[in-house]
Amino acid sequence: MGYNASNLLYLITIVTFILALRFLSSPAHARRGNQIGAIGMLLAIVVTWIKTGGTSWWALVIGMAIGGGFGAVAARRVKMTAMPQMVALFNGVGGGAAALISLAELHRILPDPGRPKVDIGVAIVLSGLIGAISFAGSMVAFAKLQELIGGRPITYVGQQFVNGALFIAIAVAGVALVAGVQDEWLLWVLTAGAALFGVLFVLPIGGADMPVVISLLNAFTGLAVALGGFELESNVLIVSGMLVGASGTLLTLMMGRAMNRSITNVLFGAFGQVSASAAAVAAGDGGTVRSATAEDIAVMLAYAHKVVFVPGYGLAVAQAQHDVRQLADLLEEKGVEVSYAIHPVAGRMPGHMNVLLAEANVPYPQLKEMDEANPEFSRTDVAVVVGANDVVNPDARNNHGSPIYGMPILNVDDAQTVVVLKRSMNPGFAGIENPLFYNPKTVMLFGDAKESIVKLAQDVKSL
Amino acid sequence: MSHSTLLVFEVTILVLAIFLGIEVISKVPAMLHTPLMSGTNAIHGVVIVGAMLVLGSGHKGPFTWIVGFVAVVLASANVVGGFVVTDRMLEMFKKRDPKRKD
Repeated sequence: MGYNASNLLYLITIVTFILALRFLSSPAHARRGNQIGAIGMLLAIVVTWIKTGGTSWWALVIGMAIGGGFGAVAARRVKMTAMPQMVALFNGVGGGAAALISLAELHRILPDPGRPKVDIGVAIVLSGLIGAISFAGSMVAFAKLQELIGGRPITYVGQQFVNGALFIAIAVAGVALVAGVQDEWLLWVLTAGAALFGVLFVLPIGGADMPVVISLLNAFTGLAVALGGFELESNVLIVSGMLVGASGTLLTLMMGRAMNRSITNVLFGAFGQVSASAAAVAAGDGGTVRSATAEDIAVMLAYAHKVVFVPGYGLAVAQAQHDVRQLADLLEEKGVEVSYAIHPVAGRMPGHMNVLLAEANVPYPQLKEMDEANPEFSRTDVAVVVGANDVVNPDARNNHGSPIYGMPILNVDDAQTVVVLKRSMNPGFAGIENPLFYNPKTVMLFGDAKESIVKLAQDVKSL
Repeated sequence: MSHSTLLVFEVTILVLAIFLGIEVISKVPAMLHTPLMSGTNAIHGVVIVGAMLVLGSGHKGPFTWIVGFVAVVLASANVVGGFVVTDRMLEMFKKRDPKRKD
C-alpha cells in the first residue's frame, strides 16, 4: 500500500478516535463512541499489517495473540472495584512499547553514515525516557492499588535529592546522546535510569492520590507515543498520542482542582502521612459519638421525605452498590425522594462511584454532582454516608491546620440528620480525623457497609 | 518531501492535536471521567502501529526482531485491555430498565 493511501486510511482512524472522545460527553452514547474507536484501531492494525508486506507475519500473529489474549482475559475477569489498577497496568505496557520502539529505532539508524538528525534524536531520547517512566511508574501504581505493596507513602531522608540527582543524570545522558555520543548503550542506560526514576517518583505518593498519578502517567504514555510518531514518520501516532497527552494533562489538572491541591503538592507532598498537628487539633475537640441500631435508622429513613446517599470507597470495598439500590427502591416505594450525591474524588478514581452505581442499575439522572447536590442538603431529612470520609469532612471548611483544608466537600451536615455507615472509628484513607462523627446531628451505624445496608433494607421492608 | 518540510508539517498537526484534545475533553462530565481516562488509555494503544512496523523490519537482525516482538505483545495488551475495560465501564451507564433482573 502506498504512502498516501495508508495515510488516508490512518486519517479515518484518527477521526474515529476523536469521535470516541466526543461521544463521551453523554452517558447515553458513550459506549457507542468507544466501539467506534475500537473499529478505528482495528482499521489501523489492518493497514499496518498490509504495509509490513507479510514480513514476520507469524511473529505478529503470535505476539498479538499473547498480548491481546492477556489483555482480554485480564480486562474481562477483573472486578469493577479493581478497574483503577487495570487502567494503570494497560497504561504501563503502552509506555513500555513506546520506549522499546525508541531503542529499536536508534539501533536501526546508527549504522547509517552520519548521525541521526537532531529532531529524530530528540524524539528518540524523549520517547524512550517518558515511556520508561510511564511503564515503571504505572507498575508501582498497580502494585500499590492491588495492595502488593503498602499504599502509604514510602519516604526516606534525602529522597527529593536522590530523585533530583537521578533526573539530572538522565537529562545529561539525553543531551549527550543527541549532541553526538552515538552509542547505543547510552540509550539503554538512559531508559533504565528513567524506569528507576519512575519507581522512585511514584513510591512516595500515597494510595489515595494514585488516580491523579495514573492520569498523569496516561498523559505521559500519550506523549511518548506522539514522539514515537516523529521517529517513524507516522501521523496517526502523532495525532492520537498527542490527543491523549493533552487530554490526560487537562484531566490531571481537573482532578487536582477537585481536591483543591496543586499537582506539585500531589506529586511531591507525600500526602497521607498522618500529620501529627492536624490530628491533634481534631482529636482535641473529641466530644461524643452517637450510634444507633439499624431498626431506629430504618424508621428514620422510611418516614423521611428526602434521603440522599453519599457513597465513598467503603461502598466499593464492601461491594454494597446493589444493596444500596435495593434499599433506595424500597424507600421510593414508600414515597421517599432518593438521590445520590457524588463527590468528584469519592472512591479512588474520578467518577468511580458513578461506575459502581451504574453497575447496580441506578438511573444516572439520580446521581447528582457536587455543585448540584450541595444546595439540596438543607432540604434533606437524612443524608446516608456509605463508606465515605474525607469528602464529607467539615475540617476542609473550618480547620486551617487540616491537610485537606480548602477542599470542596459535600455539606452533609446541612441535612437534618446524618447517618454514617462505617466499619470502625479508624480514620479514612488519608489518615485524617473527621469531626462530622462527633456532630450532634450525626448517628453512626458501625459494621460492614454491605451488611448494614442489607439489614436496613430488611427493617424498612418489615415496617 | 524534504526532511525539514515534513518536520514542520508534523509539528503543525502536533500542536493542532493539543488544542483538539483539550477542546474535546472539556465537554466530558465529571461522572464519565473514569471511562475517559480508560478510553484515552485505549487510544494510546495505537502505539501498536509503531510496534508492528518495528517487528515488520525485524528481518534486519535479531535485536530489532526481539524488541519489536516484545513491543507488539505489550501494545496488543494495551489495545485489547484498554477497549474492553472501557466497554465494561460504559456498559453500566444506562437509563432505568424496569424489566431487568439483577
